[in-house]
Amino acid sequence: MTGAHWQVGAGALPRWLHPGAWWAWALGLAAAASRTTNPLLLLLIIAVAAFVVSARKPDAPWARSFGFFLRLGIIVVAVRVLIQVMFGAAIGTTVLLPLPGIALPTWLAGVRLGGDVMLESILMAFYDGLRLATILVCIGAANSLASPSRLLKSVPAALYEVGVSVVVALTFTPQLVIDVTRVRSARHLRGRPTKGVRAIAGAAMPVFEGALDRSVTLAAAMDSRGYGRRGSQSASQRKGSAALLLIGLVAACIGSYGLVAAGSPLLMDAPMLAFGIIACVTAITWSARGSVRTRYRPDPWWMSEWLVAGAGILAAACFLAARWWMPMSLDTAFDPPAWPTLPVLGLIGVAAAITPAFTAPPIPATVVLARTEEPEWQVAR
Amino acid sequence: MIRFEDVTITYSGATRPALSNVNLRLDEGELVLVVGRTGSGKTTLLRAMNGLVPHFTGGTLSGRILVDGRDTATHPPRELADLVGVVPQDPSSGFVADTVEEELAYGMECLGLAPEVMRRRVEETLDLLGLNDLRNRPLLSLSAGQQQRVSIGAVLTSHPKVLVLDEPTSALDPGAAEEVLAALQRLVHDLGVTVVLAEHRLERVVQFADRVIFVPGDAQPLVIGTPAEVMRLAPIAPPVVELGRLAGWSPLPLTVRDARRAAGPLRDLLVGHTPPLRAINGGLGSEALVEATDLTVRYGQRPALRSVSLTIRGGEVVALMGRNGAGKSTLLHAIVGLRASAGGSVLTGGKDPRNLRGAELVHAVGLVPQEPGDLLEATTVADECRAADRDAGADHGTTRALLALLAPDVNDTTHPRDLSEGQRLLLALAVILAARPPLLLLDEPTRGLDYPTKARLVEVLRDLARAGHGIMLATHDVELAAEVATRVVVLAEGEIVADGSTADVVVSSPMFAPQVAKVLAPEPWLTVSDVLAAIGPLLLRSHAPTSGDAVG
Repeated sequence: MTGAHWQVGAGALPRWLHPGAWWAWALGLAAAASRTTNPLLLLLIIAVAAFVVSARKPDAPWARSFGFFLRLGIIVVAVRVLIQVMFGAAIGTTVLLPLPGIALPTWLAGVRLGGDVMLESILMAFYDGLRLATILVCIGAANSLASPSRLLKSVPAALYEVGVSVVVALTFTPQLVIDVTRVRSARHLRGRPTKGVRAIAGAAMPVFEGALDRSVTLAAAMDSRGYGRRGSQSASQRKGSAALLLIGLVAACIGSYGLVAAGSPLLMDAPMLAFGIIACVTAITWSARGSVRTRYRPDPWWMSEWLVAGAGILAAACFLAARWWMPMSLDTAFDPPAWPTLPVLGLIGVAAAITPAFTAPPIPATVVLARTEEPEWQVAR
Repeated sequence: MIRFEDVTITYSGATRPALSNVNLRLDEGELVLVVGRTGSGKTTLLRAMNGLVPHFTGGTLSGRILVDGRDTATHPPRELADLVGVVPQDPSSGFVADTVEEELAYGMECLGLAPEVMRRRVEETLDLLGLNDLRNRPLLSLSAGQQQRVSIGAVLTSHPKVLVLDEPTSALDPGAAEEVLAALQRLVHDLGVTVVLAEHRLERVVQFADRVIFVPGDAQPLVIGTPAEVMRLAPIAPPVVELGRLAGWSPLPLTVRDARRAAGPLRDLLVGHTPPLRAINGGLGSEALVEATDLTVRYGQRPALRSVSLTIRGGEVVALMGRNGAGKSTLLHAIVGLRASAGGSVLTGGKDPRNLRGAELVHAVGLVPQEPGDLLEATTVADECRAADRDAGADHGTTRALLALLAPDVNDTTHPRDLSEGQRLLLALAVILAARPPLLLLDEPTRGLDYPTKARLVEVLRDLARAGHGIMLATHDVELAAEVATRVVVLAEGEIVADGSTADVVVSSPMFAPQVAKVLAPEPWLTVSDVLAAIGPLLLRSHAPTSGDAVG
């Protein structure tokens, strides 16, 4: 048994890595990206995320979201640059493209429309958009590496009800899509339009009725299978622990945001984070004591999980440290434009972040998805 | 195991009780079949067994229901979850998790069983129901038969003493239905589980039952007895029983095997007679209503139809049969233009259906989908009929007149959702027929229909064929195909594997042969009414059938 606990990487038995570990890694990487506008570092982070995803991505419908997030990132950069060109304040002196512009009067906040396109302002917008895109790509990586339903299975007992509602909502969404296409096909069969406002209004009623029917059936099925059996805890105790957990989570979020985002006093954030963590732990142990529920094959947290989560945290720590000791190395000057440099600490962080591609255990044999791939009724053009 | 003591259940707002003065005792290891018409109170009886009625549905319950000593009045369904497992009618609507293995474990997680126990029971159940190959599959990717077995397995892992199933085979093809029933048999025989089962397709299940409960409806007293006793008197019976009644066999056979043994004299009597031809008055229409040539349809990379060629003319009734997922629905969808072809062509009324829109489409072809309710959008039957007249460009009142013909008992002010399954199907049919499409397609029309409604549908389809409509129905119901079809097309893996007259295709097939054909093979008799038409007077003279009025 101990052997399996310590095995990492390709030598380990194929299994799903704890989804919490993937999220810790991805959030660490995102935190690192949020500290820098250095395009070289940002592109390296995107490359690292893509590499790890390609190495450990399962063949499941939810795992295909990475490509979507990559495209979203490109759109974000493009929109950011476009907005800068159209409305942004003029920065710098290098004119790339002379264009006429209108300066709106001061009572309209002095917004400028159009005007010369400056290299400096484009660079600034590009760096800024790239940072946001990188953060999105990191989130996308977590999304495609960790199954959302497995993550929900790991929610503590105090949040069990919330977890179940999210799972049910997740399974309902594809069903709703199927319903919509089915009802649209039925409209086609009656010779009615399948597009336009009236079509949507006509289709809405049957779809909602169907969803309502299904939720009633599902509730009956869950009740018959023992959902909500009484434990030794009273309802008020259960609510109390859930409330404590939520408060703790919010406090921990505010605290860690403050620590990550520069500008707020350290003395306020650190106690906030500490309070949040203590509240969460208390709530979880409290609710676990009285719960009847048990968990089937919970995901273990072994050496691989520590290594993956640790890699993300190390990456974030490197960038935070770099921001502390040599802040200039993480920013790239755009006025006047200068070539970005590659700071050593940043490189160490990126190198740490790529290790999960090797330390995470291989994923289990792929799942056959023949029938899910089949698109539902498609309405003729 | 389960005791009903003078139970009366009345739903709130109802004038009459759904069940009244029920006294019932179910023992351990029994397989009990509950039969009755739609809306007779079968489902109420089943749901009362784990407290869903009245805890979940509302209404009042008088008397007592004891399940293994626990009173359902004081125990809501969740507190009975370790004793009674309920499998809902539509398995996919009751799934909570997203993969097979997690779904099997869900009930045990709620009961708080130890992880080692859960692990062992999941493995045992995977083997018991033959699900091991599917353990990691997402539930939505399973076929209907597999989903049904998973949903049985999901309640079995809690080791309930009673298993309650509502129409477990209604959506399944004959093969998948046999698999599910075999699994249930095994539970009863090997594990001593009490199984309570409601089902309309008696021909599939009656031979497995130890006892039958007939629910007459209208709060009449239940009829409880051995299958042979109840079948002798019940107004609904599978074809093999009707044949036995007609021929006056005693004891009444419930299985094809028993009937074959008793059928010697009947077969002798039939020598020299031929089954009535299933040809249509006036022969077939001359022009093809639909003509598919090498039609191929793909879903992504997976072919759903491979080079299918098929022509249907007016006056034909074609039964499209085959496993769940064989491509039956896809073929219907391609004919109405809901699916693009990836090769070959399909011409509906001489035109490419992908280009047909609006009135042009509804005048060429009509499809009643698997869920007839999808077609209905209005809030009352009358509004629905008016909308259908407008869609079809028909005279005002056309649809309402059609509906009056098909289903005389439907009320104008009723909401379509409140109609029974059968009425909803007939309303959808009326809506489609308003445009007088020469070609009519039906997808699984008898799912959830009881025998009387099915008989009504058969009459309607025969009349339409006689009036020159071409009809194609995709169905799992071999008895329906035997009753109404002039031609049977069997699909497998998207290819046509058989296409011929009904008798030629079904008599020799072990899977698609109706019960009467199995009993009277090798002669091609398909239905009780065929036999009655040929030698009815002879039979009536030589025997005195116990309840001849139940036939025909």
